[in-house]
Amino acid sequence: MADVQIMNGNQLIAEAALLAGCRFYAGYPITPSSEIPELLARRMPEVGGIFMQLEDEIASIVAAAAASYAGYKSMTASSGPGISLKQEGLGMACMMELPLVIVDVMRGGPSTGLPTRASQSDYMQARWGTHGDHMIIAVAPGTLLECYTETIRAFNMAERYRTPVLILSDATLAHLSSGVTLPPPDTLEIVDRRQPAVEPENYRPYEISATNPVPPLPNRENFPRYRFHMTGLNKDATGFPTENATTVLADENRMINKIMDASADIESFEHYQLEDAQVAVIAYGSNANAARVAIKEARAQGLKVGMFRPITVWPFPFQQVMELGRKFKHIIVSEMNLGQMIHEVQRALQGRSELHSVLQAAGTPIRPQQILQKIREVSA
Amino acid sequence: MSVDYPRYLRNDKLPLYWCPGCGNGIVLKALIGAIDELHWEKNDIVMVSGIGCAARGSGYVDFHTLHTLHGRAVPAATAIKMCHPSMHVIVFSGDGDMLAIGGNHFIHACRRNIDITMVVVNNWIYGMTGGQYSPTTPPGSKASTMPRGNIDSNFDVVELARGAGATFVARGSVADPISLKNYLRKGLEHKGISVIDALSTCHTQWGGRNQLGDPVQLVEHIRNITVNRSNAGALSPEELQGKMITGIFHQDPGKKEYAQAYYELSHPVEQTVVV
Ligand SMILES: Cc1ncc(C[n+]2csc(CCOP(=O)(O)OP(=O)(O)O)c2C)c(N)n1
Ligand code: SF4
Ligand SMILES: [Mg+2]
Repeated sequence: MADVQIMNGNQLIAEAALLAGCRFYAGYPITPSSEIPELLARRMPEVGGIFMQLEDEIASIVAAAAASYAGYKSMTASSGPGISLKQEGLGMACMMELPLVIVDVMRGGPSTGLPTRASQSDYMQARWGTHGDHMIIAVAPGTLLECYTETIRAFNMAERYRTPVLILSDATLAHLSSGVTLPPPDTLEIVDRRQPAVEPENYRPYEISATNPVPPLPNRENFPRYRFHMTGLNKDATGFPTENATTVLADENRMINKIMDASADIESFEHYQLEDAQVAVIAYGSNANAARVAIKEARAQGLKVGMFRPITVWPFPFQQVMELGRKFKHIIVSEMNLGQMIHEVQRALQGRSELHSVLQAAGTPIRPQQILQKIREVSA
Repeated sequence: MSVDYPRYLRNDKLPLYWCPGCGNGIVLKALIGAIDELHWEKNDIVMVSGIGCAARGSGYVDFHTLHTLHGRAVPAATAIKMCHPSMHVIVFSGDGDMLAIGGNHFIHACRRNIDITMVVVNNWIYGMTGGQYSPTTPPGSKASTMPRGNIDSNFDVVELARGAGATFVARGSVADPISLKNYLRKGLEHKGISVIDALSTCHTQWGGRNQLGDPVQLVEHIRNITVNRSNAGALSPEELQGKMITGIFHQDPGKKEYAQAYYELSHPVEQTVVV
C-alpha cells in the first residue's frame, strides 16, 4: 500500500535524510529551515543518531564535516545569512573530500533580508560562495515529493563522489504541507561510501584506483581502525600537505573532474511539454510550479510552450541548454532573484536563441500570470 | 621508565616544521608523555587542530588526526566525540586559534562539558602569520600590529575557562615540562571538558620584539614569571605582581558529561523506530 504522509518540505527533507542513513546533524536555528532541526531533534535519538544544536552555523558545518571524517553520514541546514557563514566550512569539506549534505532553504537578501519569504537568490552562492577553484553539486527539488527523493539522491551523490551536496529549497516548499505518497523504502537506492580494500597500515585517504577517481573512505564501523590525517591545505594522496605544483594541479583537476565526468549519473532534469513547443521556459524549484500553471494556461489559449526544468542545478546542464538553443528561437528564464541562472543559460545558448526573463526578488512568489504574460509577448 | 616517543610520532614527517627553539615541541612532548603514562591505544586517540604553528602538531602524531580551519578545531572535536564516545579526543591549537577566532566555540565547549581535552598552546602571539598580537599578548608588549606596545587587555585562560563552566582547568608551562605533563595527564583522565593553558614560547615572533629573542632566555623568562599555586600563598601581593600562577585550579568530576547525557536520553533499543 502506498504510504501517504502529510508533511511539509522541511519535514520531508529531514525524514528522507534519516532514510538515506544520515546519523549526524548539527545546526543553528534559522527561518525558514527550523522544522528540519526540530524534527531531527526528536527523531535522531530514536534511530541511534546524533542531533546537535551548536553555537553558530560555522560550528555546525565544521561539526558535520568532522562527523563525516569520523565515518557518519551527516547533514546541516540553514538559510540566507547562515549559508554565508557556512562557506568556509563548505570549502573545507570540498578539499578534504568529505561527503556532506547542506540544506539551504533559500531566503532573500543580502544580509538579514526577508527571513520568512521564498527566494532563489542563493543559486550563485551555492556554486561560488566558498573561495578557491572547486566543483559543487546542488539539487533544487520542485515538489514536495522531490524534497524527499532529491534528499536521498543528495546523500547518495555525496557518498559516491565524496563531496558536499547542496539542497536548494525555499520557504514555499519548506512550509507547504500536503499529502505526499512516498515511495516504499525498499524501492529506493541507498549508496554508502566505498570502503578501503587495504589494511589500515596501507590506507591513504586520497589514493585512487585506475578506474575510480573517488578514493574510499572508512565508515563509522571502520573509522577507529583506520588512522589517517586530513587537512584543509592542498594535499597529496597521503592526506598530508603539499605545495608541489604538479601534485596540486593534478589533485585540483581530479576533484573537479570526479564530478564533471559523472554527469550522466548526476544530471537530472524534466522536459515538460517541450516536444511540440515553440517557446521554452526554463525554471526550477518551487517557481517551476508557477511556470507549469502558466504553460497549461498558454496551451489552453493555443500557444505552444514547454518547460525545461533542471533538478540538478549544479553542475549546470550546459549541454541540455545548448541543445534548447538549437531548437528554440525564444527562451524565457524565470527565477526568484534578479538574474542568476540566466547567466549560465546565456553562456550555454551562445546567442542562438532570443533570451527573455521573468525575474523577481520581492519576497512574493512569481505568479503564473507574470510568466503567461511573457509567453504571450514572446509568442506574438 | 623512558617514553618511546617515536612510537607515537609519524617519524617520516620529521624534522618538525617549527623553528628550532620553539616551545611547541616541549608541549607536544609533554602531551605524548602523558598519553604514554595512560597506556592509551593509538587507535583510540583523535587529535584535532585548527590553523597556526601549534596546530601543525596534529600532523606529527600517529593518531587519528584532523587539521581543520582557523578557530574551528573545537566543533570538529565535539562532533567526533559524539560519534565515537569511547575514543579520546584532544584539541591541540594556538592561543589565537582557540581564543580569538575560535573563542565562541571555546566557551561553549566549556559550558557543554563534553569529554574533550583542549590544550591551548599559549605563546601570546600569532606565530604563524608573523607576530600580530593575540588575545593573550601581555599588555605593553610589542607585536607587529602593536608596534608601540599592546594597549589591549589579555585573557586569563584559566579564569575564562572557569567562568565558562569548564570542569577541569590547569595551567602549566614549557619552563616546567614535568608538571605540564602531569596536568595534561590529569586533564586527559578527567571525564568532561578539560582545559590546559600551556604557556609556550615563540622567540621568533614574540621574543624578538620584546628583547627575548633567544629561546633559552625566553624559557628563563617564563620560569621567572610563573609561580606554582602551592608556593603562591607564601608570596605577598607585591611579589605576585606580574606573575602567572600555574597548577590545577579546578576539578569537578560531578557534572554530567555531555555525550553520556545525550546517549542516556536516546530511547532504549526496543523502542527505536528503525527506518
Ligand atoms: C579564517 C582565517 N583567518 C586568518 C587566517 C590566518 N591565520 C593563520 S594562523 C593565524 C594565527 C595563529 O596564531 P595562534 O593560533 O596563536 O597559533 P601560533 O601560530 O601562534 O601557534 C592566523 C591569523 C586563517 N588561516 N584563516
Ligand atoms: S614562529 Fe614562533 S610559534 Fe611558530 S614555529 Fe617559530 S617559534 Fe614556534
Ligand atoms: Mg600563538
